[in-house]
Amino acid sequence: MTISREDIEKVAVLARIRVDEAQVSALEKDLGNILDLVDQLSAADTDAVEPMAHPLNAVQRLRPDEVTETNQREAFQAIAPATENGLYLVPRVIE
Amino acid sequence: MQWDIVIGLEIHVQLATRTKIFSGSSTAYGAEPNTQANAVDLAMPGTLPVPNEQAFRYAVMFGLAVNAEIERRSVFERKNYFYPDLPKGYQTTQLERPIVGPGYVDIDLASGDTKRVRIHHAHLEEDAGKSLHEDFHGMTGIDLNRAGTPLIEVVTEPDMANADEAVACARKLHGIVTSLGICDGDMSQGSMRFDVNISLKPKGSETLGTRTETKNLNSFRFMEQAIAHEVERQMDILEEGGTIVQETRLYNGDRDESRSMRTKEEANDYRYFPCPDLLPVEIDDAFIDEARNSLPELPDARKTRFKEQYGLNDYDAGLLASDSKLAAFFEATAERGKDAKLASNWVQGEFSARLNAEEKSVADSPISGAQLGDLVVRIADNTISSAGAKKVFEALWSGENDNVDAIIDAKGLKQVSDTGELEKMVDEVLASMPDQVAQYQQESDPKKQKKMLGGFMGPLMKASKGQGNPKLFNEILVKKLGG
Repeated sequence: MTISREDIEKVAVLARIRVDEAQVSALEKDLGNILDLVDQLSAADTDAVEPMAHPLNAVQRLRPDEVTETNQREAFQAIAPATENGLYLVPRVIE
Repeated sequence: MQWDIVIGLEIHVQLATRTKIFSGSSTAYGAEPNTQANAVDLAMPGTLPVPNEQAFRYAVMFGLAVNAEIERRSVFERKNYFYPDLPKGYQTTQLERPIVGPGYVDIDLASGDTKRVRIHHAHLEEDAGKSLHEDFHGMTGIDLNRAGTPLIEVVTEPDMANADEAVACARKLHGIVTSLGICDGDMSQGSMRFDVNISLKPKGSETLGTRTETKNLNSFRFMEQAIAHEVERQMDILEEGGTIVQETRLYNGDRDESRSMRTKEEANDYRYFPCPDLLPVEIDDAFIDEARNSLPELPDARKTRFKEQYGLNDYDAGLLASDSKLAAFFEATAERGKDAKLASNWVQGEFSARLNAEEKSVADSPISGAQLGDLVVRIADNTISSAGAKKVFEALWSGENDNVDAIIDAKGLKQVSDTGELEKMVDEVLASMPDQVAQYQQESDPKKQKKMLGGFMGPLMKASKGQGNPKLFNEILVKKLGG
C-alpha cells in the first residue's frame, strides 16, 4: 500500500492542516509504513464477519427527553476570541 | 427533443423533542442566541453524547407511518467537514444502518389516480447551528442554539415525474409528520426543509441523467416554482448540447432565480466512519409495539373517516384530511355548523384563501372553527345570504366582533325570508317591468328563461335593500311568471 503526495496534500486540505513541501516526503514515508502495517489485516478472511461498529460489546443507553442543562452562555463566551450580541464571531464565511 | 423529468426528495424533519439529540439542552424556538448551547453542543473537550430516547421513538413512529422496516440495531457515523456552525467538525449521522429502512407513501394526483412513491430510507442525525452573515464588522455571527437539534432525513427514490407529483409527495409527508406530532411542520422557520434532486433524460431512456440538488425551498409554492425553473435550466443546457454539472443550487423564491452553491466534486469527501463516542443503539419489539400503539390517526385513515362520517367527496376529504390542524379546524366547524358540506366549502374556500393571502398557518388563524361553525349555521338556516356571510366572515377575521349573531344584528344582514313580504316585493317589481315579463313569457327555451330571471334579481335586491332571501325570491319569481 502506498500513499501519493497528492493524497497527502488532499488529506491535509480536508483536515485544515498546513503541510509544507519538506514535510510531505517524511509524511509519505511515515503514513506509508502505517498503511502497510494496517494492510497486514487484509490477510484475514472477514467474509463472514459483520463489521464492528464499536470495540465495546455493549449497547447504548438512552436518555429521557428532559431538559437538564441551564444557560451558561457567559461562562462559555468568556473564553471565546470574539462575541457580539450573544453570537460567536468567526472570520467571514461566504458560500 | 422530448425529455423525462426525474425527481427525488430529501427532507430534513426537525423532531419536536424537548431536548437535543445528544444533550439535555432545550430546543425551544426563539431563545436568545447561544443560551441553549451547552458543553456537548459546543464540542468542548471531554464531553460525551447521550442519545435522546424520544428522538428514536419519533423516528420509529415515522417509519411505521410510511410502511417501512425498522432497523433493530442502528449505528451512528461521523460525517466530517469544516464549517463554523458545526463546532465538532463533523455531523453525527447514520450512513450504513439507518433506523428506518425502505418504505413508501401513496400520493393523490390531480387526475384522481394515486401513485406510490418509495422511501429509500430515513436516518437520525443532528442539525447544525446557524450562521448569520449580516455585517459584524466583516465577521460572521454564529448561533449554536440549533446545533444538536434532532432531525430525521428522509430520502425518497426518484419516483416523481413532475412538480405536481413532487409537491403532492412533500405535502403528504408534511401531513404525516404533523399528524404524528413529531414535527411542527413550519417550513418558513426551517422545521421541515425540502431538497429536490432533479435530472432529465431523453424520453423513454433507461439511463438517468446527471442530477442537481436544489435547496432553500421554504414553501410548497417555491418548491413548485424551483422545480419548473430547474427543469427549464437543464433543458436549455441539454438542448444546446451542453452537460449538466452535478451541484447543489440555492433557490431564491422572491426572484425566481437559482445559483450554484457548491459543486459536489469539490467538497464531497466526508470521510464517514463509525462514531467512537456512541455505542450501537438497539431497539426491541416492545419499543416498536409501544410506538405503534401510540400512532394517532394518519391522513389516509382520516380521509376515509371524513368520507364516511361527513359524506364528503374524495377530493374534499383528501384535502381536509391532509393536514392535522386544518382537519381539526374543519371538524370543529362541522360539529358546530351541522352542515358538513357547507363547512367544508367555507374551510377550503374563504378560510383557506384568507390564510394563504396573509401567509398564515391554521394555528395563527384569528378565528376558531366553532366561530366559523356558527356562521355556517346561519347560512344553512337562511338567516343570511352568501354575500352577507362574507361580510360576517370579514368582521370575525378582523376581530371587529367575535359573535356571529351580534355581527348579523349590528350590520343588519338578516335576510327577509317572510314569504308574504317577499311576494309583495316581487309583485311590485314585476308590475314595473312589463316588457321583460312579456319577453320571459314568450320565451320557450327554459335555459334562456333561467338566464332572464337574473334581470329581475337586481331590482328585487334593491327593493329589499339587499336583505331579501335570493333563493326564495327565485322560487317566487318562477311561480309568478310561470302562472
